[in-house]
Amino acid sequence: MTKPNTELHNLTIAELHSGLQQKQFSSHELTEHFLQRIAQLDTELNCFISVDAERALMLADEADQRLANGDTADLLGIPIAQKDIFCTRGMRTSCGSKMLDNFIPPYDATVIARMQQAGAVMLGKTNMDEFAMGSSNETSYYGPVKNPWNTNTVPGGSSGGSAAAVAARLAPAATGTDTGGSIRQPAALCGITGLKPTYGRVSRYGMIAFASSLDQGGPMTRSAADAAVLLNTMVGHDPLDSTSAHAECSDFTKQLPKSIKGLRIGLPKEYFDQRLNTAMADKVHEALQQLTALGAELVDIELPNSALSVPAYYVIAPAEASSNLSRFDGVRYGYRCENPTDLEDMYTRTRSEGFGDEVKRRILVGAYALSAGYYDAYYRKAQQIRRLIKEDFVKAFEKVDVIAGPTSPSPAFALGAKQSDPVEMYLEDIYTIAVNLAGLPGMSIPAGFIDEMPVGLQLVGNYFDESTILNTAHQYQQVTDWHQRSPID
Amino acid sequence: MTISKEQIIQTAKLARVKLNDNEMDDITQRLSSILELVDQMQAVDTSAVEPMANSLDAVQILRTDQVDEPADKIARRNELLEGAPACEDGLFLVPRVID
Amino acid sequence: MQWETVIGLEVHVQLATQSKIFSGSSTAFGAAPNTQANAVDMAMPGTLPVANEQAFHSAILFGLAIQADITRTSVFERKNYFYPDLPKGYQTTQLEKPIVGAGTIELIDGDNNIRNVRIHHAHLEEDAGKSLHEDFHGMTGIDLNRAGTPLIEIVTEPDMRSAAEAVACFKKIHAIVTYLGISDGDMSQGSLRCDANVSIRPVGSDTLGTRTETKNLNSFKFIEKAINVEVARQIDLLEDGKSITQETRLYDSEKNETRSMRSKEEANDYRYFPCPDLLPVVIAEETITALQNSMPELPDQKMLRFQNDYGLSAYDAGLLVEDRTVAEFFEAVAQQCQDPKLAANWVMGDLLAYLNKADLSIGQSPVDARALGHLITRIIDQTISGKIAKQVFEVMCGDGGTADEIIETQGLKQLSDSSAIEALIDQVIANSAPQVAQYRAAEPDKRKKLVGYFVGQVMKMSQGQANPGEVNRILAQKLNA
Repeated sequence: MTKPNTELHNLTIAELHSGLQQKQFSSHELTEHFLQRIAQLDTELNCFISVDAERALMLADEADQRLANGDTADLLGIPIAQKDIFCTRGMRTSCGSKMLDNFIPPYDATVIARMQQAGAVMLGKTNMDEFAMGSSNETSYYGPVKNPWNTNTVPGGSSGGSAAAVAARLAPAATGTDTGGSIRQPAALCGITGLKPTYGRVSRYGMIAFASSLDQGGPMTRSAADAAVLLNTMVGHDPLDSTSAHAECSDFTKQLPKSIKGLRIGLPKEYFDQRLNTAMADKVHEALQQLTALGAELVDIELPNSALSVPAYYVIAPAEASSNLSRFDGVRYGYRCENPTDLEDMYTRTRSEGFGDEVKRRILVGAYALSAGYYDAYYRKAQQIRRLIKEDFVKAFEKVDVIAGPTSPSPAFALGAKQSDPVEMYLEDIYTIAVNLAGLPGMSIPAGFIDEMPVGLQLVGNYFDESTILNTAHQYQQVTDWHQRSPID
Repeated sequence: MTISKEQIIQTAKLARVKLNDNEMDDITQRLSSILELVDQMQAVDTSAVEPMANSLDAVQILRTDQVDEPADKIARRNELLEGAPACEDGLFLVPRVID
Repeated sequence: MQWETVIGLEVHVQLATQSKIFSGSSTAFGAAPNTQANAVDMAMPGTLPVANEQAFHSAILFGLAIQADITRTSVFERKNYFYPDLPKGYQTTQLEKPIVGAGTIELIDGDNNIRNVRIHHAHLEEDAGKSLHEDFHGMTGIDLNRAGTPLIEIVTEPDMRSAAEAVACFKKIHAIVTYLGISDGDMSQGSLRCDANVSIRPVGSDTLGTRTETKNLNSFKFIEKAINVEVARQIDLLEDGKSITQETRLYDSEKNETRSMRSKEEANDYRYFPCPDLLPVVIAEETITALQNSMPELPDQKMLRFQNDYGLSAYDAGLLVEDRTVAEFFEAVAQQCQDPKLAANWVMGDLLAYLNKADLSIGQSPVDARALGHLITRIIDQTISGKIAKQVFEVMCGDGGTADEIIETQGLKQLSDSSAIEALIDQVIANSAPQVAQYRAAEPDKRKKLVGYFVGQVMKMSQGQANPGEVNRILAQKLNA
């Protein structure tokens, strides 16, 4: 053992890969190390819903066997935390809900299957807002996750468990899903790197649906370089998901070292208006200065319909969700109420008892928006606005290579602070939602601190051009160390 | 647009969700504020805009008509039914359905 | 008051694809419960549909067969409602952009009169599972084997004016889909089902009355009966000064009545919206051209050809083409025996009568087309008479064997040797002096009737085997001499 165990959790994926390849440590040791950290720290943080140490160590032993046989796969032997929205064969997949508290899928999500083929070791399943509906992780049936930078604050959501776990070094990397900002916003609030790929890049098969036309899985890591490695394994057309794209997937690590000299970065004036608080604006501008120092050019752009993204989103996402969540009816799996008196009673009580308040609220909004008489005013209108939003971006990308701005309006807020007003909570995603509506790739990278809490810089790329935002992020991370800061010694 | 209690009750019925009387006021207020937010959309003229269901405007690649089934279909069924709240003889059981 | 009946149909046709519309599960009928339902069919969390190309091709073929517009970009929508045999809580179907647009079905009667039934559209959708109401401790069992079987739902305009016309339309749809090979057409397994929208109005009125929808009619007989009792019920109500409620009804074949389905009473709001898991399906022109070129002969074309090429009446041709397998059987028989009219009579007469009685489909006929054609050939070449042929046919059906074997072993060969027949006739004339005298005394136009007696006697003596033509010829010679 050349490195003391206490440092294993600070290594990058590339360092872990080379350590494993050179037999400096085994996957078993590495996995055990992270399991120990989880045992020590997660009682307070609550990042994980399920941890199966035995299963993780078994996977680690299999990886060690493959390593011994000379297998050099990038993720071989590396522990990864999986958001509890991805179905895992034989392991409880709850989606943060009482409804699925007892659900053990007999199949793996495609993302899980691909990671497993690549030899990654699943450490456990991370906590999340119930059915991914939330921006603070407070809607989880399993209790809120605490932000490791300040445990009185939220980690963001819905992939809050994954973000906090990576920030607290309970896992080298994790997966998340992003419907309106659920990877990027918690990444920003926990000071890590999170990437939402272009819609269709990553298969949605086995990823429990929230809003099918917006949902997209992606990596949550400490650096852009780590994210590129995870992304390589996650992407690609899947015959089980007919919305997954047939686009070419080149090696996302290839362009990382490229200079960003001459890169045109667009600054949407709508993201820098009076609503952005000064402290936040300062941090974003500091980051942009670093990028110009690296040779990038800043270009003013307009996204005139961006203010409509939150309203359009809060019609489309609940509408799709209201239908997607109809399958939770107590018939075939999951929760069923006790002693139903008849069929209707079974449906109604199962769903009323199995779903939490925010989920019920969104189901109601969605059902209402789709109901006869309101469809045109709400659903159809939102789909039209969605096209306008996309067209804004298409026009902008004629002039720029990347669009930059804040990820969230503010750093992490106190637990409970926004629970009474759903709209205030929804505005948490004001900068991230448009990217989902347009289907573009976006990421958040650590860009400094306000009052000792991390803030994120959002980078948005053109369709299927994750490489350019990864390259931009990586170059930024070569000259900054925000991403290396740790909340826990 | 505001939402009335009656509309909420009707929608809750469609969605098979039950609301207690003491939840009603709270939910009416919350839903109304969400709908107020959503109503910002009405200010924009979209009469000439084609609705967009998929951001990539992609089209579907169809699957070849081929059966893909495991050799032991009984074993597969038993695995799929393992988490069922109630089942018997390979069937899911529900409270009696009356046509 | 005189009432006019107005009927529109919604016909569900199960497509004969190998796999389901959105998953790779088999569509075969009759498997053990839930063994042909995978995680997708059971709507397990996170699973996704992937649409079956053949289901689209089948629907397009149907559209082309009824001269309908084929929608170049068609879209799946979700119809949201809760029911235990609907695992996702929504049915994936088509509403705004169905694959098949407006078309026409022609009903041709026995006098070649054409009546058009307009088709509003036909769309693709998935079938639901089955609820089994046998007693499981007072609970209902759910089997999802059928869930996801591809269907086309064909929606007609309210263009039919009688139960018989509705049945004719349903039969025509049955014929078209089986000719196309897109459905097995097996109604006993629910491959074709129909809902009938029925209303009545005073003769001469051009506004539609309140309609009821009678669900799940799965045989020609039940469609006719259900519509007739529903019409009678509606007339009774209106003539009693009551009104008709728009509702869904169920036909009870045992009681021969329709009754209200209370469970469907509740006003439903299906909250249709485009399915975000299924992208729009774009149909290429080449696909349509290729399908058009692969189109088999359709019932109407066959009916016309049977009249033109075989000289059959419109009525006979119409009956023969109703069922593709019957039409094909007939053609094979006609080719074998080279006498289409005789072939048609045999197929529609003795063969179908036998099969009906034995409750067999034509595919299960113990006498195949070749064998029947061969039997008819033996009538044509005068080896046996038509009457003996019926006897031989019965043996073929019952004990098997070829016509020739039966004729040989049972000594049924027709007596055509004129000297042998002459000897029989001489004997009859000798034994029938009074009848001969009567015949000879009769006016020539009355003689025709009287000759029957002698023919009968000769046939009796020959045990039916004397060639009737020869008997008539020689008898005429002898009696008129």
